[in-house]
Amino acid sequence: MKKLIAASLVGLGLTVSATALAEPVKVGMITTLSGGGSGLGVDVRDGFLLAAKMAGNKDLEVIVEDDARKPDLAVQIADKMIQKEKVDVLTGIIWSNLAMAVVPSAVGQGVFYLSPNAGPSMLAGKGCHENYFNVAWQNDNLHEAMGGHANSAGFKKTFILAPNYPAGKDALTGFKRFYEGDVADELYTKLGQTDYAAEIAQIRASGADSVFFFLPGGMGIAFMKQYAQSGVDIPVMGPAFSFDQGILGAVGDAALGVKNSSQWSKDIDNPANKAFVEAFKAEYDRLPSLYASQGFDTANLILSAMKKADVKDADAFRAALKDAEFDSVRGDFKFDSNQHPIQDIYVREVVKEGDVLTNKIIGIGLEDRSSAYVEDCKL
Amino acid sequence: MTLALLIEQLLNGIQFGVMLFLMAAGLTLVFGVMGLINLAHGSLYMIGAFLCASVALATGSFWLGLAASLAGAAAAGAVVEIVVIRRLYDRDHLDQVLATFALILIFSEGTRWVFGSFPLYLDIPQALQGAVALPGGAQYPLYRLSIIIVGVLIAIGLYLLISRTRLGMRIRAGESDREMIGALGVDIRTLYTVVFALGAALAGFAGALVGAIQSVQVGMGEPVLILAFVVIVIGGIGSIKGALIGAILVGVVDTLGRILLPELFGLFMGPSQATSVGSALASMAIYILMAVILALKPQGLFAAGAQ
Repeated sequence: MKKLIAASLVGLGLTVSATALAEPVKVGMITTLSGGGSGLGVDVRDGFLLAAKMAGNKDLEVIVEDDARKPDLAVQIADKMIQKEKVDVLTGIIWSNLAMAVVPSAVGQGVFYLSPNAGPSMLAGKGCHENYFNVAWQNDNLHEAMGGHANSAGFKKTFILAPNYPAGKDALTGFKRFYEGDVADELYTKLGQTDYAAEIAQIRASGADSVFFFLPGGMGIAFMKQYAQSGVDIPVMGPAFSFDQGILGAVGDAALGVKNSSQWSKDIDNPANKAFVEAFKAEYDRLPSLYASQGFDTANLILSAMKKADVKDADAFRAALKDAEFDSVRGDFKFDSNQHPIQDIYVREVVKEGDVLTNKIIGIGLEDRSSAYVEDCKL
Repeated sequence: MTLALLIEQLLNGIQFGVMLFLMAAGLTLVFGVMGLINLAHGSLYMIGAFLCASVALATGSFWLGLAASLAGAAAAGAVVEIVVIRRLYDRDHLDQVLATFALILIFSEGTRWVFGSFPLYLDIPQALQGAVALPGGAQYPLYRLSIIIVGVLIAIGLYLLISRTRLGMRIRAGESDREMIGALGVDIRTLYTVVFALGAALAGFAGALVGAIQSVQVGMGEPVLILAFVVIVIGGIGSIKGALIGAILVGVVDTLGRILLPELFGLFMGPSQATSVGSALASMAIYILMAVILALKPQGLFAAGAQ
């Protein structure tokens, strides 16, 4: 099952600026390409490789390996990539539990780690590290924006649920951070649960006026389909993870009109994003998801640093990464002192464009949001 | 907790149990008749769901998809039996587990290769959309109610098949003494293929039914498989009646546990603590049930040999 896709990207060096240095950068990407949740890893990889291809910088070499969503396997691959392949930069991990297993030891060995998805609170606060950069978000961010949205939408009694694991608890904590109304009930479901009939019955009985849920991947698909059939008609909302492009098709019309929060959307109006969406559609014949946008930005961040510094000079390369001088597809992007993004979090609505379900921005949830844990980070 | 909520939750438990029964029936037959542990049963469930989703997408008809899932899963079961399983009857259980585990990997990656990594769309048919009102003011999704009815009908059908038909007689005979039935001139190889295909068809059917309300994705069968094993252990290996009662027991205990345990702990601790302790205990509830039943009746509730 173990697969090694060595993608060495050869092209003609196009934009070699005066300060560019010929030292190649070797990137190791560990991501989930098989089993449950592989859609996320595939999107991150495709977004990343697309950016590399578009830049055509032959000094960027990428090795991709599949972690099958297993922490122990991810650790093995990371060790191999660092010790045998001598990579300069690691990236790609989707899941927070895998990131917690890999990142602290990898950055301890002097490698850079750029997270294209997971943003566990530990790594944003006390456990931050000078070689760890998060290019996506801190885990709480999208949920915080939804808490703010619930206020402005006038919800007074929200029923909240998430899976019973660390990111699920972060999610509900994040939601409650800005939410001012009452919580009708707070429920933790089993991770990987696919039948939500019992929970939906509780929602019906609770007298709530809205539902907030964080159920990534297949869990969210199951919840939305069952919710649509249940006869309960109070509005639902959630972070983008249950409404991203990869799974909207599987949820179907049940998702129409649902508000969700994201730092990216395909209709963000800037040249970088337009070029990205067009190129992604042309290359892979599907619409990009937020995961693909995060992979794309991660690659562009590395490419921008390569133009300014030699990767062998760690301090210079780190400073170049921290400058984040690249055109993010999400618009304004900069790093806070804990090397997590400061960015706008949007509220989107699921709409139908022709036959295709997709998202449209309807407002800004949180402007220039950093993370709640930045004070705890001693960088 | 109101009466309406309790009725709704009981129905949820029964519906979950009926789904588990469709999985467990095939598993228990295959184990009881052939003495084979088939870990790949969950893959047949997944195949049923994928076939239903892709046929429904191509033709626009859920019913055609359902028929395809029955036929396709039965065919896949027959092929697997002839190509792989047939070589395993005389091996010990460890070899069977290893070989059928390999089948899981092959089926999962094969499905991913054909259909891609993204979940497929499968919606329930127009005629079964929406919810119906129940006495006591509760509302219940029509589709789930239909699953309960279909599941009960299948249980009755299987019972009649096993107790009243010639095929059923052979299956029961094969269960008690497989050398003897072979010596009496029954084509045991074909019988095994038929039983395996029957179990596969039921699993595929369950996958298609559930796919419409859950998500059709790679790896969807394995969590159900574990529960199906719990069911057949509780019910007694080889017994259809045991599988039905065990499945409903597991379904109801799991569903009610998820609701009642957090509320129970809420009586004497803070809400967030009660939720996490209650949820943790609820996910253990069926295993505790299994342990208790095995302590009292080590062969399960309706062990085939004790009938």
